[in-house]
Amino acid sequence: MIRLENIDKSFEGESGTVVAANNVNLHIEKGKIFGIIGFSGAGKSTLVRCINLLERPTKGKVYIDGTEITSLSKKELRAKRKKIGMIFQHFNLFASRNVYQNIAYPLKYRGKSKSEINKKVNELLELVGLTDKIHAYPSQLSGGQKQRVAIARALANDPEILLSDEATSALDPQTTKSILKLLKELNAKLGITIVLITHEMQVVKEICDQVVVMENGEVIEQGDLFNIFAAPREGITREFVESTSNLSKIYELIEEKRAVVQTKAGEFIIRLRYLKRNASESLISYISRNYNLDANIIFGNIELIGDNPIGGLVAIVSGKEEDIYAAIRFLKDKGVGVEVINNGVLA
Amino acid sequence: MESWLNEIMPNVMNKTPELWKSTQQTLYMTFYSGIISFVIGLIIGIVLIATGPKGIAKNKLIYSILDKVINLFRSIPFVILLASLIPLTRLVVGSAIGTKGAILPLIFGTVPFYARQVETALAEINHGLVEAAIAMGTSPIGVIFRVYLKESIPSLVRVTVITSISLIGLTAMAGAIGGGGLGDFAIRYGHQRNQADITYVTVIMMLLMVMIIQSVGNIIIKKTTH
Ligand SMILES: Nc1ncnc2c1ncn2[C@@H]1O[C@H](COP(=O)(O)OP(=O)(O)OP(=O)(O)O)[C@@H](O)[C@H]1O
Ligand SMILES: [Mg+2]
Repeated sequence: MIRLENIDKSFEGESGTVVAANNVNLHIEKGKIFGIIGFSGAGKSTLVRCINLLERPTKGKVYIDGTEITSLSKKELRAKRKKIGMIFQHFNLFASRNVYQNIAYPLKYRGKSKSEINKKVNELLELVGLTDKIHAYPSQLSGGQKQRVAIARALANDPEILLSDEATSALDPQTTKSILKLLKELNAKLGITIVLITHEMQVVKEICDQVVVMENGEVIEQGDLFNIFAAPREGITREFVESTSNLSKIYELIEEKRAVVQTKAGEFIIRLRYLKRNASESLISYISRNYNLDANIIFGNIELIGDNPIGGLVAIVSGKEEDIYAAIRFLKDKGVGVEVINNGVLA
Repeated sequence: MESWLNEIMPNVMNKTPELWKSTQQTLYMTFYSGIISFVIGLIIGIVLIATGPKGIAKNKLIYSILDKVINLFRSIPFVILLASLIPLTRLVVGSAIGTKGAILPLIFGTVPFYARQVETALAEINHGLVEAAIAMGTSPIGVIFRVYLKESIPSLVRVTVITSISLIGLTAMAGAIGGGGLGDFAIRYGHQRNQADITYVTVIMMLLMVMIIQSVGNIIIKKTTH
């Protein structure tokens, strides 16, 4: 569907050249929700803007549906852009136009009759659930409603691709959820390919099928959602994954010497990571039964990624030392990552 | 009523036909030089914004030439502009004096000011809107009309009102080259012959014009701001 080949993009600034994309190769499959995550300045926006050539790559080629759009004429490119919707962090609605006129904008001057436009706008409003706001002006809408209008406008010409640059970053968590849900529905209903930029792993976790992680203009890690969460390779990826769970709080608690983590001899604090698709098995109760251990779970974070549970937990286990080590060996055999945070002796 | 008016402004009542003629001349000069300046200034303002540093058709050469020419003309006092344009006016309109002869200098005095104001008004447009439009496949001409101009109507009206008001002020000065109008009327009688009532009445007439322009502007701004 979308293929980026050896994309370089640099900007000449006063303080020298900034490399915003460095030899990026990407293949985005049709009908998928593709997440691009990275910290501020990583080059996410630049890369996505290369897909509709809002930004022209310094080097490299962009293919959409097999057509190399980097070599199209201006007119051909404009026609192609009509088939690539885009939504933005700050919505970019036209303040002088009401909801109807905003959504009708991309339909105008295309030889469509008034009634055709009317019908399409109403369909789109239905799709995004805003039929009652048809005559409202953007200044009269909430952030979430504005983004819905922007989505409707982006879909006006039945695009096959929707680019979303931090579309939920200006919204509160609840509204973010509802917009993500809408995007997911559109993806399922219309089969539209979505390329979504974010700096929040929570967003990726919510809806993406595939993820790439960017840093300093480069794609440093790429994979399907489950693998990224289960086995992040790069430090940054791990940081992003951890940001969605509360498990790393254990380190702060230990640092602060909080009562709950004060261990006696014979007590271990262990952290389990469920790396394979096995989180549904009742491993904790199994080890406490079979190795005569007491397990006190202090943090647990098991979530569904797609249909697979993933995550981990932090527990204080107590019992005979050799039994604890045997249990750890058992867990490792099961493909669970085990980290002994505190082995009692130190306490 | 009439005797009362005769009493408080004897000189004006003596010259009512001339007062109306001067008013018409002022309106004539303001209207024609205003319309022409509006079109030319708008076009130059658009070219400035399009070729400027954040424009959709960046062109350093065109931008810097226009920019400098505008600055040059804006720094010339209008009275000097009036005098120095006499040969050109004669060439274009055939006569350098009279109401017609005043129009060309008025345009030269107004366009640079207005073009700069238009540029500022258009620059207020959030660049995100331009990007959204381009991403939707809008052509450069479309971006100018459907985004820049359409989205900045209230600001454009505001700067047009300001320019029109300053243009009325300039027409008074254009009287100096025989352009006629209220300014000329006030100087000839109110000032030179010490007929103060004439000065007051012309001031009131011009004030009325300014107020009408301002209120029409305000109504349009109110209607187009959402
Ligand atoms: N038009 C531009 N001119 C100069 N430098 C630019 C331009 N656009 C982006 N950059 C630079 O390119 C780099 C990547 O920017 P980009 O906006 O793609 O990052 P990002 O990952 O989207 O960041 P954010 O999360 O803050 O939006 C940054 O260093 C930025 O300063
Ligand atoms: Mg960005």
